[in-house]
Amino acid sequence: MTRAALITRVLKPILYITALLPLGWMLYALFAGLVMGDEVKFMQHVTGDTILTSLLLTLAVTPLRRLTGWNELIRVRRLIGLTAFWYACLHLSTYLVFDQSLDVGEILADIRKHPWVLVGFAGFLCLVPLAITSTNGWVRRLGGKRWARLHRLVYLAAIAGVLHYWWLVKKDLTFPILYGVGLLLLLLPRVWWAVERRTRARKVPAGRPVEAGPA
Amino acid sequence: MLIRRPPDIPVSEITDESVYWNRRRFLQAAGLAAAGIGGLVPRAAATTGRDDEKLTPYEDITGYNNFYEFGTGKDDPARNAGRLRTRPWKIEVDGEVKRPASYDLDDFLKPFTPVERVYRLRCVEGWSMVIPWLGIPLKDILDRLEPTSRARFVEFTTLHDPQQMPGQRSQILQWPYVEGLRLDEARHPLTLIATGLYGKPLPNQNGAPLRLIVPWKYGFKGGKSIVKIRLTEHQPATTWNIAAPNEYGFYANVNPEVDHPRWSQARERRIGEFFKRKTLMFNGYADQVGSLYSGMDLRTNF
Repeated sequence: MTRAALITRVLKPILYITALLPLGWMLYALFAGLVMGDEVKFMQHVTGDTILTSLLLTLAVTPLRRLTGWNELIRVRRLIGLTAFWYACLHLSTYLVFDQSLDVGEILADIRKHPWVLVGFAGFLCLVPLAITSTNGWVRRLGGKRWARLHRLVYLAAIAGVLHYWWLVKKDLTFPILYGVGLLLLLLPRVWWAVERRTRARKVPAGRPVEAGPA
Repeated sequence: MLIRRPPDIPVSEITDESVYWNRRRFLQAAGLAAAGIGGLVPRAAATTGRDDEKLTPYEDITGYNNFYEFGTGKDDPARNAGRLRTRPWKIEVDGEVKRPASYDLDDFLKPFTPVERVYRLRCVEGWSMVIPWLGIPLKDILDRLEPTSRARFVEFTTLHDPQQMPGQRSQILQWPYVEGLRLDEARHPLTLIATGLYGKPLPNQNGAPLRLIVPWKYGFKGGKSIVKIRLTEHQPATTWNIAAPNEYGFYANVNPEVDHPRWSQARERRIGEFFKRKTLMFNGYADQVGSLYSGMDLRTNF
């Protein structure tokens, strides 16, 4: 089997199923009565962890490609990104419905008063255009370069997600720190690459075009 | 995560909710509901127009806990509290009392008869339960300890023993956990030293062998596994207040109008319900305790 086939025929189906596991587990735990205490918070934790994990995984795709030369890994990035988006929809819905009973006034007041709610919302809003333009048609319509520039919003979304978690925790920052360190490790090489690109561009003005994009 | 474990007491041995309510009604009818029991849910429900307050199931009360001495996860206490040995247990009484002394727990409790109290418990995090406690009014205990005329506050110290309390190996809070009350709050008839719940001895994860319950304050005011009661002239430094003075005040009265800096306190999720309900002033005990704070600015004294 070629590497491309391995990725599309083996890795991708595995990721599809993996993406459904948190949802399946959550529903099973809820309906089987396994959840202790606050069931809504349980849903928010399962979906929240899935969002952050998926976002970090999408950001890991490019470094992995560079490291291994497995460029075909790009074929699973949309799937992972959309996983983050769908779980973000669930996450937001539990907040809007169960925490706020869809009371618009309360929701606006909550966003205005509490930075972690605002940041969470902002993170979600970053993901919306990315999900909409995730199709091949949109890549064509926007053109690769513009599409790639738009999809840099994923950096903001991931930073917002980690901050959102960080600010809501009462005292034990272990998990926000883990996500934060993971995100930092994935963002730092990109900063390095950007600096490298710029210095190279300055040295060799007519150098070979460098691939842009949400690297 | 928050996964249900088999309770250490068979469900069959736990007083059923309906039996519980019947017993309560019987007690009230028998005139045993003495002064101060106005804080019990039936009466409070009548004053607030809410009769939808069911007891929280035993499994939730004993499986969803904040007790950082055993870990910061809500299910950590139920998992880790088995290491705590609650006998023999010493209670040290010192400070502004006539006879400072160290008591064996059973001797300390012998003079008192536990009473049953059904109280709401409102966590500062925004969730709540309805819990049938078994305990001794703190007032009765204090009367026996005979505070001196200088005593103005009571300080409660939790056991500090990382061997038995593995959460204390991390410096997430300053150990030992210390909580405190003004003397008039401590002497209020609603304030309880709990020794049990649902008619059973207090499970370790709920603060065995004895813990403080102040139903009109956020749950963290209720120090657990108490080893020391100290009467003081000055306001004690309390653990969460030391950890984050802008977020957790000394008073920590339940107040829907004073938000936590990072989240609203206007509503709460009753465990077992999906939608939130309105939080009541002083957790619904305003008629009983409001006068303790007359003339005080509850925004600055949060």
